[in-house]
Amino acid sequence: MAKAAVDVPPKGGFSFDLCRRNEMLVKKGAELPKFRKTGTTIVGLVFKDGVILGADTRATEGPIVCDKNCEKIHYMAPNIYCCGAGTAADTEAVTDMVSSQLALHRYATGRESRVITALTLLKSHLFSYQGHVSAALVLGGVDVTGPHLHTIYPHGSTDTLPFATMGSGSLAAMAMFESRYKEGMTREEGIKLVCDAICSGIFNDLGSGSNVDVCVITKDGKDYLRNHQLPNPRTYVSTRGYSFTKGQTEVLSTKITPMKEKVEIIEGDAMEE
Amino acid sequence: MQIFEYNGSALVAMVGKNCFAIASDRRLGVQLQTIATDFQKIYKIHGRLFIGLAGLATDAQTLYQRLIFRHKLYQLREERDMKPETFASLVSAILYEKRFGPYFCQPVIAGLGKDDKPFICTMDSIGAKELAEDFVVGGTASESLYGACESMYKPDMKPEELFETISQALLSSVDRDCLSGWGGHVIVVTPDDITERTLKGRMD
Repeated sequence: MAKAAVDVPPKGGFSFDLCRRNEMLVKKGAELPKFRKTGTTIVGLVFKDGVILGADTRATEGPIVCDKNCEKIHYMAPNIYCCGAGTAADTEAVTDMVSSQLALHRYATGRESRVITALTLLKSHLFSYQGHVSAALVLGGVDVTGPHLHTIYPHGSTDTLPFATMGSGSLAAMAMFESRYKEGMTREEGIKLVCDAICSGIFNDLGSGSNVDVCVITKDGKDYLRNHQLPNPRTYVSTRGYSFTKGQTEVLSTKITPMKEKVEIIEGDAMEE
Repeated sequence: MQIFEYNGSALVAMVGKNCFAIASDRRLGVQLQTIATDFQKIYKIHGRLFIGLAGLATDAQTLYQRLIFRHKLYQLREERDMKPETFASLVSAILYEKRFGPYFCQPVIAGLGKDDKPFICTMDSIGAKELAEDFVVGGTASESLYGACESMYKPDMKPEELFETISQALLSSVDRDCLSGWGGHVIVVTPDDITERTLKGRMD
């Protein structure tokens, strides 16, 4: 059993061959490592011309901030993007997987992807794993049938909403939406509200922090505003920083290997000149 | 006991100007007992690409063998070395395949990509990639490494300065972690050469 799993590159799907061993280690008193989470604030809203998605940029591992500027708005299709909260590996893998399925579907049909297709692919995958793939998503996009915004829970249930929030900062963000959202907002009003919702997550929820990412999708295309706001710049480092003089560290041995010269292979009509 | 604390490890990679450095401690332990003080945790994939594997040593070595195998298959099929970005995706895919029964391993990947652009990246044990422009850390000493690197790191360092910075960050961090230490192993890679150094550290 183990032989086939190790020797051949995988054909897809999960491998469970270490589960028994890991279970044994847990029984012997070992504690499993923490996975990287995005304890996140992610939001989305429908405005006059389309959909706006927003996210903070903090990734955590327990109480430790392990990435201060990560990307949580994932590409699904040219007209569809998806914000992810939950276990980082799951949100990344699930959105990548569905985005390649959508690409193949576009090649087969020659038509633009629809948001409902992405939604169905995501929810059926998540439902089949019964919540063990812990990805909480906000899916937004514009297709031939107009703008769409959905939330997807780790167990596979979905909502269709004019405005949505997810993640540990969802309550803080929802407070902003509930008090200020109205139908038919302009692009500027929408971006402002999304930024304020994310900021209320950043400042009031410990799992969210750093910068604001925004993605505006309209029928004419998308506008990905990476680090649209930087409300938490570094202030504590001196301009020069620490400097170490050469030879300060005690070295026991040194080995220098020169890099091998790469052989340039000139193809085609190099001889003809 | 946390499973990573069984063997103990400290790993760090930093980016400089057209170069990068990757460093590890040298201890292999079984909980509080030290087994070896010359243990290798950084492995070479090819001349411009290195991977450090923190965590449970048995899984680190198994994973290393699988990665080397996959890289050799790639070399045979494509007749070229893997780009660091591609390799990071491969590691991520291999780890995520075991989402529900993971290798207890935290990889730190560092390489020189196209136009000698340095690339560093780390992952958790199920392959959630974290790309960084400055530094990445891993292992039991990661908390103190975060602090040391956060204050010592400067952008665009030359290879010599990068070596001093990463060494000082590593040595000061492992002094506050009893499960890692016993000297250090530092590799600095520039477009022209690879410099491997072993560091003198506290042996307690």
